[in-house]
Amino acid sequence: MFSLEGITTATQDWLLIKFNPTIALAIECVIVILLSISLFALLGLVLVLMERKVAARIQIRLGPNRVGPGGIFQTAADTLKLVMKEGLTPDTADKFLFNLAPFVVMMVAMLLLAPIAFAKNFQIWDINIGVLYISAISSLSVIGILMAGWASNNKYSLLGAMRSGAQIVSYELSAGFAVLTIVVLTGSLQISEIVAAQENGWWLFKGHIPVIIAFVLYIIAVTAETNRAPFDLAEAESELTAGFHTEYSGMKFALFFLAEYINIFIVCAIGATLFLGGWMPFHMGNWESFNHIMDYIPSSIWFMGKTFFLIFLIMWFRWTFPRLRVDQLLNLEWKYLLPISLFNLLLVTIIAIMGWHF
Amino acid sequence: MGAISLIALLIAAIAFSAGGILVGKIFVKGSSNPQKGQAYECGIPTNTSPWHQFNVGYYLYTLLFLVFDVELVFLYPWAVVVKKVGMIALFEILIFIFILFMGFLYAHKKGALKWN
Repeated sequence: MFSLEGITTATQDWLLIKFNPTIALAIECVIVILLSISLFALLGLVLVLMERKVAARIQIRLGPNRVGPGGIFQTAADTLKLVMKEGLTPDTADKFLFNLAPFVVMMVAMLLLAPIAFAKNFQIWDINIGVLYISAISSLSVIGILMAGWASNNKYSLLGAMRSGAQIVSYELSAGFAVLTIVVLTGSLQISEIVAAQENGWWLFKGHIPVIIAFVLYIIAVTAETNRAPFDLAEAESELTAGFHTEYSGMKFALFFLAEYINIFIVCAIGATLFLGGWMPFHMGNWESFNHIMDYIPSSIWFMGKTFFLIFLIMWFRWTFPRLRVDQLLNLEWKYLLPISLFNLLLVTIIAIMGWHF
Repeated sequence: MGAISLIALLIAAIAFSAGGILVGKIFVKGSSNPQKGQAYECGIPTNTSPWHQFNVGYYLYTLLFLVFDVELVFLYPWAVVVKKVGMIALFEILIFIFILFMGFLYAHKKGALKWN
């Protein structure tokens, strides 16, 4: 049966037979580099098209349908157009920081790929502090955004960056608390152990209502963290032109745009791993035959299915809720979500200690 | 793979971004004029630089964020062992969160969370 685990182990065995360990490791590094770059390019193409198609369907339109069958090459054409555009740098900008910012944003997005389990035993680095690593690295992305906004020497950019900074750091807290509930239940920070703990049911179903609350909090918080509508006032196009990337054009703009979509993918992947069992198939307690049938679906398809379901959810939000004002946004976090998530964490702790979960 | 994968990923990110920007540079022959180099401002000539004071409210939120983020970091090791240690860990963290929450309420009372 098709499985990514088999391919990776076979490749590694073959490399270790053919070469000495150092060269084998170097070749593996090259493979990781190529795979992650192609994953980025592919995800960018797929997610942008998906966004436009979902938006179109919700507004009862057709969406892009001219380039290729059903418009599947639309994003490729757009990328080609962006490559052909001139990358302007304003004369008054801080040129070094202005050019560095897209790199920072991309590096953060790329580093976050490391601990994500894409399929059974298919992970770049199963780091033992995986969850902590994710929250540490993902909070770095705000530096790239502030850098871009500040260096542009543009009023819209600076305003957008400041809003974005306040928003990202605020919502990081409730996202962190939501993630902590799963750490409390599992007793481990390692992604593989968190997934393994969900073998007889996903945490969303096993952990009663507090985990469902944590899941909802997580989705709200990551929607805000990735600057998505209804929390997209960092780039509210009707008031701030394009927010922190107003001055960027050509490929530098494309990098910001891509990093935004990659970040959506990553937070949804982490959400799927923590709450929906990652690559773990849907299992029901002790229904042996049902579990066996579910096991026949490859783990990578389970993971991608869950992740894309969450991405669809976040895209759906955009066309359902109106944009918030900056004071409403910060009120929502500090006066509602943060106290709720603190209290919720304590509830989950009681459940975990008493063993009331399934 | 071990920690070396992080270096590989960093190289991948730099190669991807630099490659994209360089390809753009090769294909595009830009022209330049004084208007083009200005920062965008609705089409009118740019008026003053934005690099001066801005709303202090952002600082207050960032300070509060720092307090809670450090708390979050303290909670990580606690969260890993709380199931093994049991009720005592819960009481300890209750005291910790209670003190923090008092500080939060104080900031709230002082009007740090009010946007104006």
